Amino acid sequence: MDIARVDQIIDRYGADESYLIQVLLDIQTENNWLPQEALERVAERLRVPLSRILHIATFYKAFSTVPKGRHRIHVCMGTACHVRGAQRVLDAVQEATGIKPGETDLELKFSLETVNCLGCCALGPVMEIDGKTYGKMTPAETAEALRNHD
Amino acid sequence: MERLHSPAELEAFRKAVLADRAPDQPCITLCAGSACHACGCNDVAEAVRVELAKQGLADRVHLRLTGCHGFCERGPILVIQPESVCYFQLTAADVPEIIEKTVKAGERVERLLYVDPDSGDPLAREDEIPFYKHQQRIVFGSNGSIDPKSIEDYVAIGGYSALAKALSEMTPEQVLDEVKRANLRGRGGGGFPAGIKWEGTRNAPDPVKYVVVNADEGDPGAYMDRSLLEGNPHAVLEGLILGAYAVGAHEGYVYVRQEYPLAVENVTLAIQKAEELGLLGDDILGSGFSFRVKVHRGAGAFVCGESTALMTALEGRVGEPRPKYIRSNVRGLWNRPTVLNNVETWANVPLIIQNGADWFTRIGTETSSGTKIFSIVGKITNTGLVEVPMGMPLRDIVYKIGGGIPGGKRLKAVQTGGPSGGCLPEHMLDLPVGFDELTQAGSMMGSGGMIVMDEDTCMVDVARYFIEFLTDESCGKCVPCREGLRQMLAVLTRICRGEGRDGDLEILEDLSVVAKEAALCGLGKSAPNPFLSTLRYFRDEYEAHIRENRCPALSCKDLIAFHIDPDRCRACGRCRRKCPAEAISGAKNVIHQIDQDLCTKCGTCLEVCPDRFGAVRKISGEPVPPPLPEDQRTVRARG
Ligand SMILES: Cc1cc2nc3c(=O)[nH]c(=O)nc-3n(C[C@H](O)[C@H](O)[C@H](O)COP(=O)(O)O)c2cc1C
Ligand code: SF4
Ligand code: SF4
Ligand code: FES
Repeated sequence: MDIARVDQIIDRYGADESYLIQVLLDIQTENNWLPQEALERVAERLRVPLSRILHIATFYKAFSTVPKGRHRIHVCMGTACHVRGAQRVLDAVQEATGIKPGETDLELKFSLETVNCLGCCALGPVMEIDGKTYGKMTPAETAEALRNHD
Repeated sequence: MERLHSPAELEAFRKAVLADRAPDQPCITLCAGSACHACGCNDVAEAVRVELAKQGLADRVHLRLTGCHGFCERGPILVIQPESVCYFQLTAADVPEIIEKTVKAGERVERLLYVDPDSGDPLAREDEIPFYKHQQRIVFGSNGSIDPKSIEDYVAIGGYSALAKALSEMTPEQVLDEVKRANLRGRGGGGFPAGIKWEGTRNAPDPVKYVVVNADEGDPGAYMDRSLLEGNPHAVLEGLILGAYAVGAHEGYVYVRQEYPLAVENVTLAIQKAEELGLLGDDILGSGFSFRVKVHRGAGAFVCGESTALMTALEGRVGEPRPKYIRSNVRGLWNRPTVLNNVETWANVPLIIQNGADWFTRIGTETSSGTKIFSIVGKITNTGLVEVPMGMPLRDIVYKIGGGIPGGKRLKAVQTGGPSGGCLPEHMLDLPVGFDELTQAGSMMGSGGMIVMDEDTCMVDVARYFIEFLTDESCGKCVPCREGLRQMLAVLTRICRGEGRDGDLEILEDLSVVAKEAALCGLGKSAPNPFLSTLRYFRDEYEAHIRENRCPALSCKDLIAFHIDPDRCRACGRCRRKCPAEAISGAKNVIHQIDQDLCTKCGTCLEVCPDRFGAVRKISGEPVPPPLPEDQRTVRARG
């Protein structure tokens, strides 16, 4: 990621350490993951030790310190979806992609993540592919939806 | 926008907004909450715009995109004012007919109306539909009628008049006193009285104080905070400003999870608009009181909803809880006195100031005043957000409003209070829903998630599910939570796999006691609740798993098998074609069979086998019948 872009993001808030998480969130949103050089720049400008930044980057679920796939799958494992069969949907996704939650495949095609409630409980079980919500999923429909991505 | 300098100018502004809008001018409101987004409300909105323009109505009919109306099961939802005719589950293709018939000719489009499940009659207006009829929507009610991006809409319905009243007619002590008298209890978890919390902050000697909105909403299955913040951000802001005035804070924060982008967007915009109008910032409405608000996005950690962890996260650090020897309302954010309240708690404050504490305590019960918003989800017909006076029996919420259990199934339990709460069995449905009643029954109000479970839900699995969730979310700072929950999870997982042993339940109980006693924060302390309540009410299910390797709900994957009944299979081939694991063999006129080694137990075959055959069975605790010899597999040969 371009260091000038990292600087722009920091300037949006001000180089104050209390904005650390906000800055990291913006970098993550734009770049899909947090590259080492970007984190080093943040450490330098906000005057926070890199070790603390890495601690934050691993503690909070929104952050990733490794690259992500082209398509990001989120399967909701919230309670409402759970009682409506979310596990079956997750099983179907794992079956179709060969990856487990938290993983990215070797071709960087899919990244799989579980989430705990997307706020669409009425449509459960729910999954999201690249931000688009798919509701009332069955294992068969899940496999179908994944096939439409390359 | 012109800055307003006094309550009188706010009133004049309101009049000007209202004068601009003819009261009987038709207005189409379309729910644009998150669930409706997912069902395509954007396409419907676009179709309405196109159609209004095409029929030359664009400047006579107003289209308003609102927040969540609550009836999420039936989205997208469209309501036409002034008659309040509502249509459900629309597609863009329905729009021309609606404009033609309802907007132009005042007729109804029957097929899009809600049909009363009992009488079969179509119901046209919101207040006739059972889902809405039994609610009392004082906090959530405006969601369906205002555009959250328009401060004018909020002002038009009387918004910010509580603030004007407080700043011009009341001292901070009087505001505080009103909230105390109203006995407003926190809507985000434990139900601590807000007024008492505020008083502690007000009386703390430190002159710098903070107020914070907790919009982290980590509770799976609960989404009322999101809907309020997305749909009516000014109500939350107005409550926050009133709180700041009462305790003497000049800075505040909205801590909202980044998974709620629309809430972040709408509250950020609301703050900006309120600043422009002079309702936030320096010298609010000419009163001399100044107050600023910042939005802070949470980066995804359930424990950050806990008050001390949230404040640590706000400081830009790893959000771990700390011991509460000194309460946060005396030493919180940056060690300053801090009031932290839930979104819904704040949204109640303007109503209390506007209508008075006596009005508020008349709603609800003696110890639980006001209303509560619940998300009723899971195995329920009318999934959605509902607001009811406290004290309403659980049964009325589930059956009168929620419409009961779909598919002719039986209700087994209602889980309330999220991971800190518990499961209430069918025989406790007459329990009035209030803070203390739920706690006594071994559950909790929590944030208001109500997950309805039917006979297909395994209660052991539910306990395992919550412990797994919390094991994952534990910050790991203290041992009883970090190690204790991991052990509980291991035992519960074993039980669900059919590897339970005698003594397991006692181990789980021991671990529960330790976590409850010794964990540092509420996450660990309340983590055993879902287990303890399911054990209390559903011990037989635990025993069936441990003693008989049987899952009575036919849900635990390792304890079930799918089997095709040879006498019922008509060899239609549907299951074979749909089976993702290619585990089914058979052909035309050849009875189908499942290869148990290949089967992944996805359940698709059971779903697709036509009801009139009903050949696929789910079994548990009994051996799978052996496959038929090849020469007996022909359908015709068997007659
Ligand atoms: C692990 C944990 C998670 C919590 N998550 C939330 C949350 O997401 N939202 C919330 O309002 N309160 C949450 N709470 C409760 C808060 O700590 C706090 O009691 C509450 O926000 C106070 O506001 P109230 O008095 O208005 O309810 C959580 C508590 C714990 C222990
Ligand atoms: S109880 Fe759990 S979440 Fe809370 S501080 Fe201890 S380890 Fe962290
Ligand atoms: S349960 Fe799923 S995998 Fe097993 S036979 Fe049926 S369709 Fe195939
Ligand atoms: S539990 Fe899955 S969307 Fe709420």
